[in-house]
Amino acid sequence: MGDMAAPQVAPVEAPDTEEVPAEDRPWVTIVWDDPVNLMSYVTWVFQKLFGYSREKAEQLMLDVHTKGRAVVSSGARERMEHDASQLHGYGLWATVDRA
Amino acid sequence: MFRRQGALCVATFAADEVRVLRKVATEVVGLLTEGFDHDDPVVNRLFPDIYPERPADSADFRRYTEGDLKTAKIDQAGAILAALPDAAGGEVRLDAEAAEAWLRALNDARLAMGVRLDIGADTDIGDELDDAVLHDPTSARVFQLSVYAYLGYLQESLLNALMD
Repeated sequence: MGDMAAPQVAPVEAPDTEEVPAEDRPWVTIVWDDPVNLMSYVTWVFQKLFGYSREKAEQLMLDVHTKGRAVVSSGARERMEHDASQLHGYGLWATVDRA
Repeated sequence: MFRRQGALCVATFAADEVRVLRKVATEVVGLLTEGFDHDDPVVNRLFPDIYPERPADSADFRRYTEGDLKTAKIDQAGAILAALPDAAGGEVRLDAEAAEAWLRALNDARLAMGVRLDIGADTDIGDELDDAVLHDPTSARVFQLSVYAYLGYLQESLLNALMD
């Protein structure tokens, strides 16, 4: 991702996702890049909907723009469906998937 | 273009701007009401599948949420129509709530036009407009591209005014 150096800490018992049953894995809301939405507008929507700081919202917007997609929230499936639906209200192209 | 005045976002629109905004907002309402068709790529873009690889789950979700989403989009386009001055032009004054409805509605209108105009990641609107003018300065495409560009500037100015 960005230009920040990785923190020098050892991972603490990183869970092996393969061993977590699919039903127990969280869900994510994904926003996809599209050629119409203004970058400033997308940043504003992330701040507005998720209460993210300007820095975090801008980084997510840039991830969407440069990588084609970004995970913008994660949690229970119903919550992610709510988030995606809200994003559709703002005209962002959002989908839901398992983490 | 919008500017901040106290708690309000304010803009003065000329007659032709009022006409264009009324037209695009009315077209969005038309698309969401009598013209609503899932096979229309514009509808597809405004109401994306939430589970692209699971059509049954997408359809299920759509059944519960699409009505509300459609109503919200009709209401936000309606917020533009409600605030516009009469045909002679004049001032629009938006509180924060109305400004947000305008932002969402302008975005919906730009998304719809973007699909119709085939705007892609590499599209340069200036180049597109130059090409279209060379081809036929009186064409519908020249008008549509100009409107699309105008709506982008307007949306950006409203966003800046709101965050000012």
